[in-house]
Amino acid sequence: MRAIDVVGSAIGNSFRSRLRTTLTVLAIFIGAFTLTITNGLGTGINAYITDTVASIGASDVMTVTKVSADAKATGPQEYSPDQITSRAAAGPGSTTVAAITPADLTTIAAIDGVTSVEPSLSVTPDYVTTGTSKKYRLGLGSAVAGVHLQLAAGSQLDQKAAQLQIALPVSFVTPLGFTSSADAIGTTVQIGVSNPAGTVNVLNATVVAVSEASLGSSGNATANTALTQALYDASTSGLSTAQKESYSEAVVRFDPSSTDAQVTALKDHLTSAGFTGQTVADEIGTFKSVIDAIVLVLNAFAVIALLAASFGIVNTLLMSVQERTREIGLMKAMGMGAGRIFGLFSIEAAFIGFLGSAIGAGIAMIVGSVVSTALSGALFANLPGLTLIAFTPVSIITIILIVMAIAFLAGTLPAWRAARQDPIESLRYE
Amino acid sequence: MSHPILAAYDLKKSYGRGQNRFDALKGVTLEIFAGESVAIVGKSGSGKSTLMHLLALLDKPSTGTVQLGGSDTATLRGKRLNETRNKTFGFVFQQFFLTPGASVLENVVLPLKIAGVGSRGRKQRGHAALERLELDDKARSKANALSGGQKQRAVIARALVNDPRIIFADEPTGNLDSATGAIVEDILFGLNRDQGITLIIVTHDEDLAERCDRRIYIRDGLVVSEEARVAA
Repeated sequence: MRAIDVVGSAIGNSFRSRLRTTLTVLAIFIGAFTLTITNGLGTGINAYITDTVASIGASDVMTVTKVSADAKATGPQEYSPDQITSRAAAGPGSTTVAAITPADLTTIAAIDGVTSVEPSLSVTPDYVTTGTSKKYRLGLGSAVAGVHLQLAAGSQLDQKAAQLQIALPVSFVTPLGFTSSADAIGTTVQIGVSNPAGTVNVLNATVVAVSEASLGSSGNATANTALTQALYDASTSGLSTAQKESYSEAVVRFDPSSTDAQVTALKDHLTSAGFTGQTVADEIGTFKSVIDAIVLVLNAFAVIALLAASFGIVNTLLMSVQERTREIGLMKAMGMGAGRIFGLFSIEAAFIGFLGSAIGAGIAMIVGSVVSTALSGALFANLPGLTLIAFTPVSIITIILIVMAIAFLAGTLPAWRAARQDPIESLRYE
Repeated sequence: MSHPILAAYDLKKSYGRGQNRFDALKGVTLEIFAGESVAIVGKSGSGKSTLMHLLALLDKPSTGTVQLGGSDTATLRGKRLNETRNKTFGFVFQQFFLTPGASVLENVVLPLKIAGVGSRGRKQRGHAALERLELDDKARSKANALSGGQKQRAVIARALVNDPRIIFADEPTGNLDSATGAIVEDILFGLNRDQGITLIIVTHDEDLAERCDRRIYIRDGLVVSEEARVAA
């Protein structure tokens, strides 16, 4: 028998007992549907995080901190006047790192793979106001060139401009007395920042953008280079040069076309020079692995459903083999090999798996798209750009292939039974 | 005389072991020549079906040899055994064994499908076989829509479709009324006479056996007598 005829006969046979095939397909459908939806969730959320990376920091940028000499020692650490308590890292607790001095910057710039290095200026302004509005506390995100904000209105910050520019988060629009995001664009706001002596300096900045709240920049305003520098100068006025020029972290740029291996090598170089380098991808990585773990657990449930369905396949095909005992006997008497008989039944199983998974994945894609459109308008309205459930062709094809493989495995037991059937026993009627 | 097309020498077949041992055949020797029609006659339990299974290479004898065209079949295995069966034998069973939901044509071309004939060739030869049995108008009907006689004709078409040298017919008229049975008999003997296909009929029906060139009587696993038809 030709292979194409084996496949054709197998498909034809699966339609012979329609009700039974339909019920089995339905069981697989449920598993495949769940698997597609959970996978879509993972894809959607991870894609959103990847998109947001651009708003957290550029991909060719590494944040470098200096390792304190005794950071590895356990127990209380000896005080060093060089230490800076970093507040740049948002999150509970602050880390104590050694200060980066201009000499360190020179060292870093000399490291192989570093294109440029600049100190990361950490500024904490006191407030922002339009002058007529109340004063509101303001958080300021680090302004790394290449940061791509998700905008509600306006245009991206010009990092090279001498103009003091600021991008306000969308949540500040109404409190500051603007009627809309677009209304805020082009206005001047006053930012108050105090120096160590307690004197408050007020700077005027132009609002060029209103940024959407996203995972990367929730609630923080973003300043361009000129404004950051101005704010830093204002907040450090009165300090000695040495104090001014000691930074908690530095920003290193490297070749954007670097491979992962090159980035790792760069990190190793930094480590051996006494620094720690962290790319945006490293910071995002933690986020993603949490999402991946959740998706994995959800997938496990879907796979359990599929396992249950695979017993349905075993049952269906065993009945089918039982029913077709004589037919199998006849085919064997006519010279059909055991291998072909095995193929006939296992391909039938794989086909049932294909039907269930293709229909399941198809309907899951429709339902997923509808649900995610509905949710992004309601529940996730303040997370613009989030497609909760997204599908990639590769993952859909993978799911279909996995389900077919499971179905094929389930079919092997009945197929093996059919293949080893004795033609005489099957044809006996005396 | 030439070589027999199919021959059995001292065939023994037993099932089970020890106390449960059952000797179905106790040493059968027979020779069948090309173009003959032979009836293997016996009551149920005589061993005639076991003999047919051995001759049709569906089963292996416990001892003894089956020769096909002068060569020992014991060496045939796996694929070659399947091919030999597919190309040499046609089967007609009492209970038809047609796949009910499939069309008559699909049923008839099953041996060709197994042989690996392409779909166009299958169609052509299937229709040709059905035409020879005047059943071509039923080619598209479902097999279970046929009458008993039509079913048996479809089964004969299926046995013929691959141009076998030998047709095994196991109680071919057992499920048919006598008028239909007579038509089916005429078809089978016509094939034997006109196309020289060797016909081996397993039956307990004396009237059917009478029409064969030769009758081999089996009782309790042994050939008890052989008689040739008196030359007319």
